[in-house]
Order: sequence, then C-alpha cells, then structure tokens
Amino acid sequence: MKPNRLLTYLQVTPLFLVLLFFVIVPLALVLIVSFFRYQMLVGLVPDFTFKNYIDLLSNPTSWKLYFSTIKFTLIVLAITGVLGFWVAYFLVFHVRNLLIAIALFLVCTVPFWTSNIIRMISWRPVLGTEGLINTALLESGLVGEPISWLLFSDFAVIVAYVHLFTLFMIVPIFNAMARIDKALLEAAVDAGATRWGVVWNVVLPLSKTGIALGAVFVVTLVMGDFFVVAVMSGGLSGSATSGIFNDLQFLNYPRAAANAVVLLIIVLLIATAIFRLVDVRKELVR
Amino acid sequence: MSLPSQGRRPWTFYVLSVMFTLFVLFLYGPMFIMFILSFQGPTGGLVFPMRGFSFTWFAALFGQARTGDVGGAFSRSLPLALIVMVLTVLISVTAGFAFRRRFVGSGFLFYTAVASLIVPGLVLSIGILVTARVLGIPARWWFTGLGAHLSWTLPFGLLIMFAILGRLSPSYEGRPTHGATRWQTVRSTSVIPIVFPGMIAVALFGFTLSYDEFPRSWLTVGSLNTLPIEIWTMTTNVTSPALYALGTVTSAISFVAIGLAIGSIAYIQHRRSKRT
Repeated sequence: MKPNRLLTYLQVTPLFLVLLFFVIVPLALVLIVSFFRYQMLVGLVPDFTFKNYIDLLSNPTSWKLYFSTIKFTLIVLAITGVLGFWVAYFLVFHVRNLLIAIALFLVCTVPFWTSNIIRMISWRPVLGTEGLINTALLESGLVGEPISWLLFSDFAVIVAYVHLFTLFMIVPIFNAMARIDKALLEAAVDAGATRWGVVWNVVLPLSKTGIALGAVFVVTLVMGDFFVVAVMSGGLSGSATSGIFNDLQFLNYPRAAANAVVLLIIVLLIATAIFRLVDVRKELVR
Repeated sequence: MSLPSQGRRPWTFYVLSVMFTLFVLFLYGPMFIMFILSFQGPTGGLVFPMRGFSFTWFAALFGQARTGDVGGAFSRSLPLALIVMVLTVLISVTAGFAFRRRFVGSGFLFYTAVASLIVPGLVLSIGILVTARVLGIPARWWFTGLGAHLSWTLPFGLLIMFAILGRLSPSYEGRPTHGATRWQTVRSTSVIPIVFPGMIAVALFGFTLSYDEFPRSWLTVGSLNTLPIEIWTMTTNVTSPALYALGTVTSAISFVAIGLAIGSIAYIQHRRSKRT
C-alpha cells in the first residue's frame, strides 16, 4: 500500500468510528429490537416476533398519526417551497449589490443557529388568546371575542413549521440560483422570452437540485418532529413520532423501535425518490 | 422586456421587497417580542402589557427552587458544545481532505453521513440508548450525548468542507514543488487562507447545533439534562416570564457565537482582499 493511500484511510478513520458507533450500530440495533418482545417490568425480551409491527399497523391511531404527519408535510412543503423560491429569486436576481445580497442572505440564515424550542415558544405571546394578534383584533373591533384557533391548533403547528424550516429551502435554492449564468437569462430575453417565461423555463429548471435538497430537509424535519406538534397543538394533534414518544414513556422499546423502523423506511423512500429525480450528489460534491 | 438585474426596477422588485420584508418580520418578530417580555416587572405575565421593567425573571432563573436546574444545564451544555465544536472541526477537516482522493468505501461513508443527516433525531436517540444498554454503559452527556451530537454536526461539517475544498486546486496540496516542505506548501499556498474561513463556518455549525440540539439529546444525555431539555421541561411546568428570560439568555449566547464567526470570516476576507 502506498503511504499516501494509508494516510487517506487514517484521515477518515475518526469520521468512520463516529458514524459506526453512533449511526450504523444504533440503527441496526433499532431494527433488531423491533422484533423483540416487550414485557411489563422486565422491559426487553430477546425474541423474533412481528407482534410489534402487527400491533402498530392494526392500530387505527397509528394510521391517523401517519396521515396527519403526511398532511402536515405536504402543506409545509408547498408553503416553504414557494416562499423559499421567491426569497432566493429576490436575493439573487433583484438585489444588485452582491454585499447587500449576502447580508440579506445571512439575515435569513441566522435563526438557523439559534434554538428551535425558543423560537417556537416565542409564538405564544403572539398567537395566544391574550396575545398580540388577538389584542390588536379586539381593540380594532374586527372581532368580538378572541380567535381561539390561533394557538394550540393545526394552524399554529403549520406557522411554527414554516417559521423553523423555510430557511432549509432558501439556502440550497439560493446556492443553485447563484450558480446560474446571468448571460443565459439575457440570451433567453434576446430570444424573445417574457420575464415570466424566463422564470418558468430557465430559472426554475436550473434551481431543481436546490429545490430537491430543500424538500428532502423539510420532509425529514417535519416527519421526524414531535415537539413542535406537542407544544403548538397543545396535545390536540399528533405526529408519527409522538407515537414513538408515548411508547418510550412507557419504556415499550420494542414497539417504539418498530414504529421508528416504519418511519425510517417512509423517510428514506421519499428521500431516495427525490434523489432519483435529481442527482444531488453531483450538486453536493461539486 | 428586460431582466430584473438591469435597467429600471420592474414592479416585481417592489412586490418581492414587500414579501421579503414581511418574511424577515415573521422570522424575527416573535423572537424580539419574547426578548421584550423577558424584562417584565415582578407582577407581569406571559403577555403584554408590560408591567414595569425589571431583571426579576433573570434572577429567578438561577434560583433553583423556581425553575429547576438551569445553572447546571448551562454548565453541561456549554462545555459539550465546545467539545463538539473542536471535534467537528478536526474530524471534518481531515476527512474533507481525504475525500479529495478516491478510496474504497468513500461512497459508503458519504451516504452514511447523508443518512445520519436524514434519519429522524428521535430514531437515532433510541438507537444510541439501546446500543449503550447492550454495551452495558450508562447514558452520559459527555459520551453518548457527545456521540449523538457529532452524528448531527459532522455531516454539516463534511458538506461545508466539500464546498470549500472544491475551490482548491489539487496541485496546492501534497505535492511539494521547488523544494518546499510539505508544511510550507500547506501554510503559504492558499491552503490555509482558503480553508480557514471554512473551518470557522464548521466551528459555528458544531457549536450552535450541539448547543440547541433537542431530539438527539433527549435519550442520550442520561439523567443530567442539557439546556434544550431543561427548556422543554420548563415549557410544561413554568408559566412565568422566567421562560422568556431563559430564551433571551440562550439566544444572546447564540448571537455572540454567530457574531464572532461571521465577524472573523469577514475580517479574514477583508485582509486577504487588501493583500492582493
């Protein structure tokens, strides 16, 4: 073996060890434990049973939870996709000073580096029955009594998701758009394309990888979430993950594991479907 | 018909400006309202109006009886975030350079890192807890918690390094020309100037993602909570502006980290552009 090659393997060893012990082995064990038996007070009993999966799939509640998760995912995907596309389009093609564009881009990304839980809690004084919006509506006489569905409702959940996850759309779409050669747009205009035509036929197809990457993030974040749903719906709605959360509180690891495996399969299927549509690796490594 | 980037500003510029402004308000508005409310007077509540101005709720935060162990949570979350930051930088920089050559298993490693990004945090949390049980080690924030956080920060670090190193010509590294030693090549020829800002970005991701991580921490930190878990329990127990005060304090720490990182990157770029 050439010393250079040995060096390469030494360089990736730390990464490999972390991924092995904290990703590969744990996921394998989740799969194994999902076939174990659960016994009160004892906990895990090694076994090979499909009972956890049958329990899960024959339970109408889990179908309801998955249905509600997918509903949230689609709604949030649509809103963040449209919002992310136009925010990125504005920054790349409308803001003419590069420094200002970078500054505004940073303004969009800074919240990513702050606490999600805190940002979620900060909606309470805005949306609550005595919150800012209701107070304003009451005082202006637009409504007679406070609107109760602003907080602790599906509406609040969607507001929080859009608030937390839109930047996962903006960043990759911005990156994709920033690489578009402006000369291409000029050529399209010279060839007689309308401005709307340029957006639809040139910018949108060339931002495809960015949109796909953003979509993967949004799908996995919404599908893997349980605390936004728990806090913002006030316990009225659930998500696939809140089923796992409940099982864990009763220390029912096998059923939680089975639920986790099902969730993981759905998430990975959606992700591979999106990766199939667009070669994201080319985009990432480039 | 002209492009938005040339000539007179089209009407869409104004429509999109308004949309962008509203979006930024939506992004930051609630946070700033929370900051203001955290300075409520002693008789104030969770919503407006402000009843005076005080630091009561900040003081209440660190009195154990009222709000749980916030001080202890800080004393674990900050060191953990710093350790994660250092390890994320070291591991992703070395691995980033390795990925510049083809090697057996590079695809597998890359897709595992991507999978680690995509896997729901709670699923991985269960897995790490079960692994610890099988190995007979208790869950501790400085071990299982640390690993769980690295599984979240390393993929980001790796992707940033890919983006940074993509700009680096392979001829800069590894091939000492005209008698320069390896280290001299690394130091002088653009490797450090190009890689250093990237390392700061990786550090920023490492610190803040660990400091704010909840789902991957939940089962893996053991019996002593880190800050996000403490906040999570407070959302159900604490119904006073102390909750907002905690939000203000942790956000301030995040903003300091972000400011330091962006400031130093801007400083480096500025110095570099002056030199050439």
